[in-house]
Parts: sequence; structure tokens; C-alpha cells
Amino acid sequence: MSVSPATKPVRPLLEAKGATMRFGGVTAVNAVDFVLGEVELRCLIGPNGAGKSTFFKMLTGQLTASAGRIHFRDTDITAAHPHEIARLGVGIKTQVPNVFNGLSVRENVFVAAGRKKSLARTRAIVEETLTRLKLTEIATRLVGQLAHGQRQWIEIATVLAQEPELILLDEPAAGMTKEEVERTAALIREINRTHAVIVVEHDMPFIRMIAKTVTVFNQGRILIEGDVDTVLSDTRVRDVYLGKQAA
Amino acid sequence: MAPDLIGLLGFNVLAGIATLALITLGLGVIYGMMRIINLAHGEFMMLGAYTAVAASDAGLNIWVAMLVLPPLVVGLIGLVLERTVIRFLYGRMMDTMLATWGISLGLIGLVTSIYGNVVRGVSTPVGSFEIGRYGASLYSLVIVAAACAALAGLYLLLRLTKFGLILRATMQNPRMAASLGVSPDRIYMATFALGAGLAGLAGGVLAPISGISPAMGAAYISRAFITVLGGGPAILTGTGLASTLFGFINELVSFKTTPVIGDVALLVAAVLLIRVLPQGITGRYLRRSL
Amino acid sequence: MTRPPSPLRALVRPASLSFLAMVASGLVILFGAPHVLDTFGLVQMTGFTAMAMFALSQGFIWGYGGVMSFGQAAFLGLGGYAYAVGVLNMGDSTVPVFLAIAVPMLFAGLLGYFMFYGRISDAYIGVITLTVSVILFQLVNTTSGSQYRIGEAELGGFNGIPAIPALNLPGDAGNQLDPEGIWYAAMGSLVVVYMFLRAILASRFGRVVVAIRENETRAQLIGYDPRLYKLLAFMISAGIAGLAGCLFANWGGFISPTVFGLTMSAQVIIFVLVGGLGTLLGPILGAVLIQWLTIEAGAQNVIDSNLGLGAILVTFVLLIPQGLVPVARNLVLRLGTALSGRRMRAKPLGPAPGTALAGEVRR
Repeated sequence: MSVSPATKPVRPLLEAKGATMRFGGVTAVNAVDFVLGEVELRCLIGPNGAGKSTFFKMLTGQLTASAGRIHFRDTDITAAHPHEIARLGVGIKTQVPNVFNGLSVRENVFVAAGRKKSLARTRAIVEETLTRLKLTEIATRLVGQLAHGQRQWIEIATVLAQEPELILLDEPAAGMTKEEVERTAALIREINRTHAVIVVEHDMPFIRMIAKTVTVFNQGRILIEGDVDTVLSDTRVRDVYLGKQAA
Repeated sequence: MAPDLIGLLGFNVLAGIATLALITLGLGVIYGMMRIINLAHGEFMMLGAYTAVAASDAGLNIWVAMLVLPPLVVGLIGLVLERTVIRFLYGRMMDTMLATWGISLGLIGLVTSIYGNVVRGVSTPVGSFEIGRYGASLYSLVIVAAACAALAGLYLLLRLTKFGLILRATMQNPRMAASLGVSPDRIYMATFALGAGLAGLAGGVLAPISGISPAMGAAYISRAFITVLGGGPAILTGTGLASTLFGFINELVSFKTTPVIGDVALLVAAVLLIRVLPQGITGRYLRRSL
Repeated sequence: MTRPPSPLRALVRPASLSFLAMVASGLVILFGAPHVLDTFGLVQMTGFTAMAMFALSQGFIWGYGGVMSFGQAAFLGLGGYAYAVGVLNMGDSTVPVFLAIAVPMLFAGLLGYFMFYGRISDAYIGVITLTVSVILFQLVNTTSGSQYRIGEAELGGFNGIPAIPALNLPGDAGNQLDPEGIWYAAMGSLVVVYMFLRAILASRFGRVVVAIRENETRAQLIGYDPRLYKLLAFMISAGIAGLAGCLFANWGGFISPTVFGLTMSAQVIIFVLVGGLGTLLGPILGAVLIQWLTIEAGAQNVIDSNLGLGAILVTFVLLIPQGLVPVARNLVLRLGTALSGRRMRAKPLGPAPGTALAGEVRR
């Protein structure tokens, strides 16, 4: 009996089952189940120490889960190295911008775009990405000399230049001016039209600008998951943040 | 294996562990506190040995020449070097490695200029005794005693004195200590001097059983390093555990083959250990210990 | 402000002005020296050339690869001994030259595998490579006695291997090169190695190696495996050091365990530091300058050479950490700016020694 396309189960893009991270006696992430669909945008929020950054690092391969499994499409990435995960089509922007300070903006994007691609294709991607992120003006400047907000954008450019399918952003709006935050939000919405995105963030106004589905972490577990308005007006979420931020 | 042979082997293993602990301690103190890799450590030991030579030439009591003067003299030299060179390089690990290497070369050159390249010696102040059919050197007992005393002394210093408390606090959180009125700068100076002094002590204690020459430090630096790296961030526990493990392997293999192969075994053991425990033994176990 | 040319153009046109200038100078020295110098001077220059190649190997792996290898002397020694043993056994020098390159490369492959794939942080790599070279020194030092031989070649312990047959033209085993011939071989290979390294650095492989040094995390997140690139760069530098060892054996006609020693490892680091980390010209100039100084100082007998080397090292670390070539370059650029009124930008160089090492262990 064949299964008709309508009822065939859709494989999630990213799936974590029972993901757990223990450091000595501390359980930072406790049996987390997480599913992300194709071209979905998800925000991970939660107070400090809730485990969202740790969970993020488990997804990027910077940490290996103590228990549980993480899959990207059909590939088990639980114990994978960061470069293996990157090769599967996952682009990662870290909390502290990791860029090549001694190279120019264009060179940064070039190195990111150039892996396993012809020179002509690489050049095309570089120009496209620089234009899309409005970095052409500063393309020849050394990244180490640029302002923090610009460096965040350059890092996002290097991520996009890899042509990933899933993009993980750790605090992309950190340290940005209000105007830069708005531009970043617009960029993420635009990226989300063709890529799945996971954003870890603290900045509530920024979350409101981009979020559709939000996952709230607390004490290593997922407290609640749902659409942004419902989640942010939930009293439990407010309690967990203890009035630190007016959501 | 006959019991007296086992006894001899056990005794040698103990002496080997004690020697390793003694030569590692000074390096471990500096590394544990300031995360500096002091490549002049072997030369501090060499200076300690030469102090013993000079003092015993001058007719001083052999025990004073070996146990009292070297730590004081080398501690002072360490203090001077810290003030003139090292303190400008904190936080720059590569630069401190290079600068301390430069210091080590300079010290070798200086001592060569004064004493020449001849191998000197200091005679062993105590004799030998018997384990069954085998003769063993009583001096090994002195080494074991010195190692225990150094470890115990350091423990008491760190645990019971105010200075030790300040040292531990600065090690864990220099900025916090600074905000409480402690000058991390002065503490680093004192720690470097302490580490140098301990190296000097090791050099003095080991003088009777080493060929003393300006380049003798080279043989010690790699073993001390490896033991520090294997031991991990906790100074006393790390040094103790790593010395025990590596000293045991080193002595056993040297006994069965040659001392050089024993050194190879030590390196291999260390590489394997760091592979499994990249932060050293006390990077994972007993992290809170001293 | 005028737009400086993008260094990316180097990908398309590897022959940039400075590259051509360097090769031209090299060729001038190669062909000119025998006419200007007497045999003694030529032999001395050959020694400088061997050390300059050794310095290039250190400069490549340290300045461009970001790997703090303190024991390059291990590869120098392995290369020298491999050549000596090979030529004493085979008579003809052609294969032994390849052995001089291959044996250190294989050794580096093994050692590098343990270090880079073993998650050992870069700072520890310095210590481990240092220890390996010291152990090799001790091992070879104890090989006195005729039972320690590889085929026809006795290792000779601390006396080393004397009377090593010099290079001969391939296929002409009976006809060894004279000092002038050896000079051509040595300086010629230095020029070739320089060109080779320039080509590597301009290639995709080379750019990834530099990117990994710049920011290992970002390079990983792009999908490059840093361990593999570091391992390959390490092996390449070992091969170059091995070739330098072969030249060294030819220069002196003998080889001894001191080639593995701490002084040798220290010297090459000083060459690179003084000359300029992150350049190729720097190590070459540093090697020639320091060696020349050592010979002059040794002739005087005023200061012990270790003392002098140590003092130089400390002075440079404290006062001129980036080395002479970058300082000179900056001076030239500033002069250029002052004279022409235009801004000129220097090509991004390697990190000053003060920058944190990638993967440095944090508590």
C-alpha cells in the first residue's frame, strides 16, 4: 500500500530529542525536545542561565550532548564537529563576533563564500552578499577597525555567503543602535523568506519585530512554546523574567 | 621477582616521584597563578645548583649550601627578573615564552662566562644503605624528605597564612582581589619569586646527584613542563598526582630499559593523558583542591 | 582617497611587484656571489642559506599557520641525518635529498596527528615539539658505538657522522659538487622554496591556513577542518626544514646531534622574531643578520654567544615584537605617504606575537 503525498510525514529540518547537557553536577539543558521546520523562524528566549545558549552550542557542535540526539534532516549531528555541521548547510553567527579582523570586509565574505566553489561563482556570491547587506561602501576596510554593529553585520554576511539552509544567530542585535536593530530585524525577515532561522536573543523589542514562534527556556527545560503574542503575555513567562524587562 | 629487588624498585620509584615533584613545583606555582610558561625554569634550577657549588666551595656547611642558600638566592634573582622583564608581558603567553627563553639563554651564557663549560659536582653528604642484596643511596631519602617538606610547606603557606589566602584569591579572581585592596602586581612579583625560589631549592637538593653544567637545565624543563600540563590548574594536587603517575612510569621504564627510553615513555604517557584530559588531571577531578 | 588594489588579485596574478623583486634579487645573489666572493665567503654564504631556509620553515608554520612549533630543529636534524645515512648507503645523492624531505614530513605527520587531532591547545604544542626535539637529541646522542648503524652509516653518537659525501648531479654519482656547485644548489633551492611558499600562500589552501590563524572558530563555522590544514602546513614546514638539514649537512660535510638541540630551535625562533613574524622576507633576513652577528661576536669572544642571543631575544620581545621587516615596511610606507601625500595601505600581515593564540586554554 503506497502512502499518498498528502499524508506522508514531513521530516523536520532540525530535531532534538531528549537533548541533555551536564557539566559536572549541573544539568544546564534537561531532556529538551525541539523541532524546527523548513523555512521556519524560531526565537529562543529565557533568562540568564536558562540553558538557551548551551542548547545553541549543542546545535552548532561546540558542545556534545551528554544524552539525547540531535538530527539535521536525516543526519545525526549529536557528536559532530562544528565544521561538519557547517558543511551540512548550517550557518552560525556566534555571540561574540567571530570574523577575520586582519582581512577586509570583501576578503571575509570571500573566504566564507569560496569553499568548494569556482572562482567565478565565489565572486558572484561575494558581490551579491555585499550588496544585499549594504556593505559595498566599506568593502575594502579592515574588519578589525570597524564598529561593533558593522562587525555583527559582516559576520551575518559571512554566514549568508556560505549559502546555508539553516541559519543560527546568537544575539544578532547585541550592542546595536536602535536604527541598526531595525535594519537587522528587516534583514532577518528577508532571510527567512528562503532560509530557516533560529535566533537566540534577549532584546524584547527586537523579538517582537521578528518573532512568529517563540520557545522559552527556563532552568534547562522548555517552559512554553507558541506564537509570540501568546507566549509573551503568559504570566509564567513574566514571572520567570521577574519584571527584568517589560515584555 | 625477589623481594629485595621489589624493595629497591619501590624505593627508586619513590625517589623518582619525589624528584619529579620537586622539579615541577616551582614551575607549577608560576603557571597556576599567572598562566605563564616560564621557560627559564631549568636555568633557575641550574642557578640553584651553582649556588650550592659556590657555597660549598666557600666552605659553608653542606646542608646550608644546598637547602638554605639556593632558594634565597634564586628567589631574589627571580624577583629582579620579574620586575625588569616579565611584568611587562602578562597576558601575552607567546611573548612570555619567548622572553623567558631569552632569559634562559642569557643565564646559560652568564654562567658559562663565569664558570666555563666544565661539569662540576658536589659530593653526596650521606652514604648508602642496603636493601637486601642491593645498595641504595641514602640521599634519595633526603630528596624524598625535601619534596615532602616543600609540598607541606607550600600547603601550610597557602592554607594557613594570610599571604597564602591572598595568593589563592588573586589566582581565582585578580580583579576582585584588586578591588579589595590587593595589588595583583605585587602578588605576581611574590609568586614569581616563590616559584623561582622553589626551582632554586630543587637545583640545590639535586646538586649532589647531577652533573652541574650551565646547560643542565634543559634536561629538567621538559619533564617539569609535561608534569605541570598533566597535573592541571591545581598546584599541589595536580603536581602531586601527575608526579606520581609520570614518575612511576618513568622509573619503571628506565629500570627495564634505559633512562632515555624512560623519558620517551614519560612523554608518551603525557601526550596520552592530555589527549584524554586536555586540561590535565585536576582540570576534571578535584578541581577545587589547592 | 585612492583605492588600494585588492590583495585578492593575488589569486589571479600571483606575480606581484614585491614577489618579482624578491626573486630577481635572489637570482642576482645566486649568480653574482661566486664572482664577488672567494671560496671561504661562498661557503659562509651557503651556511647562511641553509639557515635561511630553516628560518622560512619556522616562519611559515608560525607566522602564517599560527602554530607555535618550538622544535623545528627536530625536522632539521631528521633531514640532515636522513640525507647522511642515505648518501652513505646509496652513493648517489639524488634519492637521499628526497629522503631528507620525506622523513621529516612523515614524522611531522605522525606527531601532528597526535597534536592537532588530539585537541591539544596551541600553547602546549610549543612545549611538546620542544620536548620531542630534546628527546631526539638525547636518543641520537647515545648512539656511539658501531652497533648503532643504518646500513653502511654509523650514527656516531655525540660525534655524529663525519665526511658526508656532498651532492652530486643526478646520475653522476662519482662526481660530487665543489663549493661553488653546492652554493648554486643551496641558493637555488632557497629561491625555489621561496617561490613555492608564495604560491602556496596565494592558493586556496594557503588562504584557508591564514584564515584559520586569523580566527579558527570562524574558519570552522565556514566548514574548514582546522586540524587537517594545520597538519598539512606542519608537514610542509617539516619538509622544508628537512631540506635545510640536507643543505646543512652539505655545507659542513658532517652532522651531529647538536642539530636537534635547544640552541638550534632557539636560534631559528630568534631569526624569525627579529626578522618579522608574518613575512617571508623577515625570516631570511633575520637568519642572515643574526648569523653574521654571531660570527662577528664569536670572533670577539667578549660576550658568550648564548648571553648575546638571549639578550637580543628579550630586547626584541620587549621593544620590537613585530620584528625588523614590518618596522622597516611601516617606515617606508610613512615615508611614502609623507612624500607623495597619498595614503598607502600595507598588506595585512601576520599577528604580532602578542596576539592571543587560537584555541588558547582559558580557565
